[in-house]
Amino acid sequence: MSRLLVLFAAAAVLALLILPAAMPSSQFIMTIAIAKGFAALGVALLLRGGLISIGHAMYFAIGAYATAFMMKFGVLADLALLLIGSTLVTAVCGLVFGTFLVRFRAIFFAMLNLAVSMVLFALLSKLYGLTGGTDGMRVATPAVFGLELDKAAFDDILYYVCVGLLVAIGLLIRAYLKSPLGYALMSIHTNEIRLEYLGVSAWSVTLIAYTISAALAGLGGAMAALTIGHVLPEYAYWTESGHLVLTAVLGGIGGVAGPFIGSVFLEAVHVLAVDVAADAWNMILGAALLAVIFFLPHGLHGLLEKRAEPRKSQGVVE
Amino acid sequence: MLQSLLPLLIDGLANAALIFFVAVGLTLVFSVLRILNVAHGSFYSIGAYGAATLGLWLVSAGANPWLSYPALLLSAVFVAALFGPAIERTLIRWTYGKGEAVQILVTFGLFLILEDLQRMVFGVQSLYQDTPMTLLGITQIGNVVYLNYQILLIVLAVLVLVGLRLLIKHTRMGRLLAAVVADREVSEAMGIDTDRMYMIAFSIGVFLAALGGALATPTTGVAPGLGAETMVLAFAVAAIGGLGQIEGAAIASVIVATAKVLAVYFVPALDSVAPYLVMLLVLMVRPQGLFGVAETRRV
Repeated sequence: MSRLLVLFAAAAVLALLILPAAMPSSQFIMTIAIAKGFAALGVALLLRGGLISIGHAMYFAIGAYATAFMMKFGVLADLALLLIGSTLVTAVCGLVFGTFLVRFRAIFFAMLNLAVSMVLFALLSKLYGLTGGTDGMRVATPAVFGLELDKAAFDDILYYVCVGLLVAIGLLIRAYLKSPLGYALMSIHTNEIRLEYLGVSAWSVTLIAYTISAALAGLGGAMAALTIGHVLPEYAYWTESGHLVLTAVLGGIGGVAGPFIGSVFLEAVHVLAVDVAADAWNMILGAALLAVIFFLPHGLHGLLEKRAEPRKSQGVVE
Repeated sequence: MLQSLLPLLIDGLANAALIFFVAVGLTLVFSVLRILNVAHGSFYSIGAYGAATLGLWLVSAGANPWLSYPALLLSAVFVAALFGPAIERTLIRWTYGKGEAVQILVTFGLFLILEDLQRMVFGVQSLYQDTPMTLLGITQIGNVVYLNYQILLIVLAVLVLVGLRLLIKHTRMGRLLAAVVADREVSEAMGIDTDRMYMIAFSIGVFLAALGGALATPTTGVAPGLGAETMVLAFAVAAIGGLGQIEGAAIASVIVATAKVLAVYFVPALDSVAPYLVMLLVLMVRPQGLFGVAETRRV
């Protein structure tokens, strides 16, 4: 990483830390943006391996509902435990579904993920007694290390926890991508059979990536559930999965920061667009997506990178 | 037993017919263009909105109610003529030969744009226009009552299936299409205007989706979100039958509709899960779908 990029990253984190003090109204939006950024990062991981999932919102929903259930039954009802617990639950789901999903490639992979996510969506909205059906479930405000707080104080803490996790997990994922395992994932995209000739199991490489990406989405879901205070079956709907892919591609999949840049950018534009053109939000999104694919194949992150280091990074359009 | 199963059968088949129109369009576009069009469901809902609007206008203008039938067809033709060539020529053409991720993303972008376009043009309230259904009345056999309109849907679906078969097997254009599907480069070398073939196939796909939507309005009406809902269902059906398989889509629509009807009858909580469960089961055993041809892995 060049010095310029380190500088960019440090400035961005600093801005995130100061933002709520400077603009209190932005805190909720930024928490959501970071939560969705985690899910988009999960999608971006798979995209690096050339796998497109149009069902990844299901892991976001699983994380969110795991949090809701743990709060409802009072199990592990503490901020740190909730985040860890929901992430683990989602990771296990990802591992289980992944064992058969990662055998597939291209359109089949996309469609099978879609099928699983639609089954989950239908179950969440139909099993009224268990999940509250289409009304969803309320998520109460949990304690923070045994401290009972009011919602506003809790949201403050949650925001800084999210920013902290963003930095910590961002660095971890970066290390993963730079590791042999991360390079093996990229070679799934370029030439999977050669990878197997090297004695590396393509199945395990993709399964590990799939499980990590599910866990990331689950963590994002848990964050969203805690800050919104409500979970809905719509979290798992296929258009949400499409939005996650859109966020990842808009931000760029070349680096860990990409999906977060995409997510923050989208949430910010969303807030601005609500006043000017509330009915045209999807249209703006769609047009932005097309513009990025046509003119910026490496996403917003690619713009930064081009300035900093002219080496070619990975994009979706190749 | 038979007495209670007959209405289920007709319900199921009428359902299957409506799903078939959309799924066969999706599968046709995939077989020629090799593109999974995520915006396909939007053409269904635009066709539905067009038909409902036109029908309501006819009724309020005091026109002959039988004119509501040509209105259904007119709406589908109009949608196909308006969107088919224009979208294929610009957006879709750009994605040929690019990765699946790009193709899915570009059509998803198109889907988002079309969703809002519908909201702007037709508003957010649901539209309901059932003149074509009430005109045909009902038939009663014993204790069983069914809508004649449902029979019409089933007949039309069979006609479309046979028509597509005849088109592909026995007309010049169909043979050209088949050649392009088999090998685009060689077809081009033989002097076939492949760009034109792609445009025609895409427009037929749009027409079939819009026709499905138009025909559905008298029974189900149209509301925002219909396009997204139809999209996944059409995906499921096309995938079960095998992407690119026209007969496969027909059989898969019957399977999915049967599963749905049975679920409604025995486990109502599972009715919307049924199509996706079937899809999962089929794809886990045969990823290329029931009638799909397995493709070898690219090296």
